[in-house]
Amino acid sequence: MWKWLHPYANPEISYHFTGKLLPWLTKLSFLLLGTGIVWALLFAPADYQQGNSFRIFYLHVPAAMLSMGIYVGMAIAALSSLVWQIKLADASAAAMAPVGAAFTAIALITGAAWGKPTWGTWWIWDARLTSELILLFLYLGVIALHNAFEDKALAGKAAGILSLVGAINIPIIKYSVEWWNTLHQGSTVSKLGAPSMATEMYWPFLLCLFGFVSLVAWIICLRFRTEIITRNAMRPWVKTLVCQPETK
Amino acid sequence: MPNSSATLLSANKLTCIREDRILFEQLDLSVAAGDIIQVEGPNGAGKTSLLRILAGLSVPYEGDVFFRNQPINQDRESFHQNLLYLGHLAGVKGEMTAQENLAFSLALSGLDKNQAEQTLSQVSLLGFEDALASHLSAGQHRRIALAQLWQSQAPIWILDEPFTAIDKLGVEKLEQLFIQHAENGGCVILTTHQDLAMPSTLYKKLTLEYRFF
Amino acid sequence: MSEQQPFMKNLSYRGAFSLVFKRDLTIALRHKDDIFNPLLFFIIVVTLFPLGIGPEPNTLARIAPGIIWVAALLSTLLSLDRLFKSDHADGSLEQLLLSPHPLFIIVLAKIVAHWCLTGLPLILVAPLLAVLLHLDENSYSALMLTLLIGTPILSFLGAIGVALTVGIKKGGVLLSLLVLPLYIPVLIFATSAIDAASMNLPYNGQLAIIGALFVGSISLAPFAVSAALKVSTN
Repeated sequence: MWKWLHPYANPEISYHFTGKLLPWLTKLSFLLLGTGIVWALLFAPADYQQGNSFRIFYLHVPAAMLSMGIYVGMAIAALSSLVWQIKLADASAAAMAPVGAAFTAIALITGAAWGKPTWGTWWIWDARLTSELILLFLYLGVIALHNAFEDKALAGKAAGILSLVGAINIPIIKYSVEWWNTLHQGSTVSKLGAPSMATEMYWPFLLCLFGFVSLVAWIICLRFRTEIITRNAMRPWVKTLVCQPETK
Repeated sequence: MPNSSATLLSANKLTCIREDRILFEQLDLSVAAGDIIQVEGPNGAGKTSLLRILAGLSVPYEGDVFFRNQPINQDRESFHQNLLYLGHLAGVKGEMTAQENLAFSLALSGLDKNQAEQTLSQVSLLGFEDALASHLSAGQHRRIALAQLWQSQAPIWILDEPFTAIDKLGVEKLEQLFIQHAENGGCVILTTHQDLAMPSTLYKKLTLEYRFF
Repeated sequence: MSEQQPFMKNLSYRGAFSLVFKRDLTIALRHKDDIFNPLLFFIIVVTLFPLGIGPEPNTLARIAPGIIWVAALLSTLLSLDRLFKSDHADGSLEQLLLSPHPLFIIVLAKIVAHWCLTGLPLILVAPLLAVLLHLDENSYSALMLTLLIGTPILSFLGAIGVALTVGIKKGGVLLSLLVLPLYIPVLIFATSAIDAASMNLPYNGQLAIIGALFVGSISLAPFAVSAALKVSTN
């Protein structure tokens, strides 16, 4: 069933394929993000409770969803590399990790920024923010472990094992943090959650979400291509590629 | 009687890359029962890497290793039962005595650990059985590690610089042991900087060159 | 076809386990520093808190479960280094990896030995420290039970981190970053169980979850550790 994927395990084929994808992703993310953000920040209605500060939600929630999604992607890449010995998967995991970490940081910062007008403090130990913080540590651990090895193949395998261990632990950690949060619920309640969305808010949210997804895909493709070239630097196809004159 | 021309260990298109330098590529190797193979080459040529790949400790960039024509990854435990690997480091714990160290190594390979005391005499360590290894020299550590060879029932011996810190008499004894092992249907793959004293008909050489890129 | 070799009857799971277990215990008992240093660290860290927060009994009693558990986490982290480091340095780790005995059993034996040398002393000393922190009387059995079931989890999960970093120079710093996030669920449920006990509420639920984490880590961690060791000795 997965036979059509087999050629893409070859670095050269994947390199050219992602090269074809890039211009489409550029146009798509520009379009979606452009309309989404403008709509969200300027034209969508303000929340009746939180006012204009609610607009950070359009940035915070996609960032949080992407941070989790990228980790899942990383874990799947790690699985492919460890179980099916697909070397290219190591390159994709290395491409994804810093992007995921960045978006986790964005989720944390926007979460804090949202918290200030809502509760008056910069930080609150609510379940989602705490889980995001732990997720950030998991990302940083994978990146640090990867950088600690000089041999890229070993680095990929070690980081892959850690990603998988983390992936198994993430649901456990999320559940325990949520449970912990219900135990210690302060009187100034309010989860940093999305209120039930009116349609006027739903569409800009979706646009922003898919816009960010395309942006992330674009960044990851760029990084992926760079990783492929670095890891295959001694192959003849890379040498011809580098020596080719630039086509305008 | 084992077929004396049976292939014990073979490798297909081995490529080893360490820190972006290709040590060797597309290397084919076949070791039959009765072979003694000396892998030689300058420092950094990849001798240790090759031996570790053949022992299954390192994974090559490309290529496969076969034990009796079966990939070693298919049945690791069977491969380990038939392999004895001694690397650069002796694997001797300073907190245990010489005898305890050897007994552990024997038991770890599934051999009888009660033979440890008597085997130590084979490597001239009689009298040192109860000495803590932290009080022994590097040469004595190596001899504790080598003592396993006299008890080993594994046909494949992969030895990385076994003669380090061993005196002339010891080297002679070891070479005799290798010849005997080969005659009994086993094989020995070793690296050494010295030339082997045994007649050149009994062993083959595999030379690795130092590659710059 | 592989020949049946006569020495194979010496191979057994129980034999392999007790061989490696006894070896690790022997080595550690001859090198007692490894046992006492983490224990002293545990005690000292706990005593730092009253000095830093003030000796008011009610405050201390309130945070005692957290202090003891965090100190236990940190002291386990400190002791994890000895699990594979010296074996890696003198070459015995390679021999363990090439043994015909299953690596799972060898790893299991090493981690259980590690727990006996670090977790067990911790559990024995904890009641004394609880007294120092004015822990509520009802909580003692909860404290002991959570430590009993929880500290093995710390050893097993920590072993994964050590196995990944054993080949890295100065891997000790990285180890904390890798392992501490994994410890968080145990911390949360253990402290909550002790808190519940202090209010005379049942804490079977928390214990059950810690028990599940215990069983999960015993059965799954050795696989991750084995894979990580193979990467680290490459």
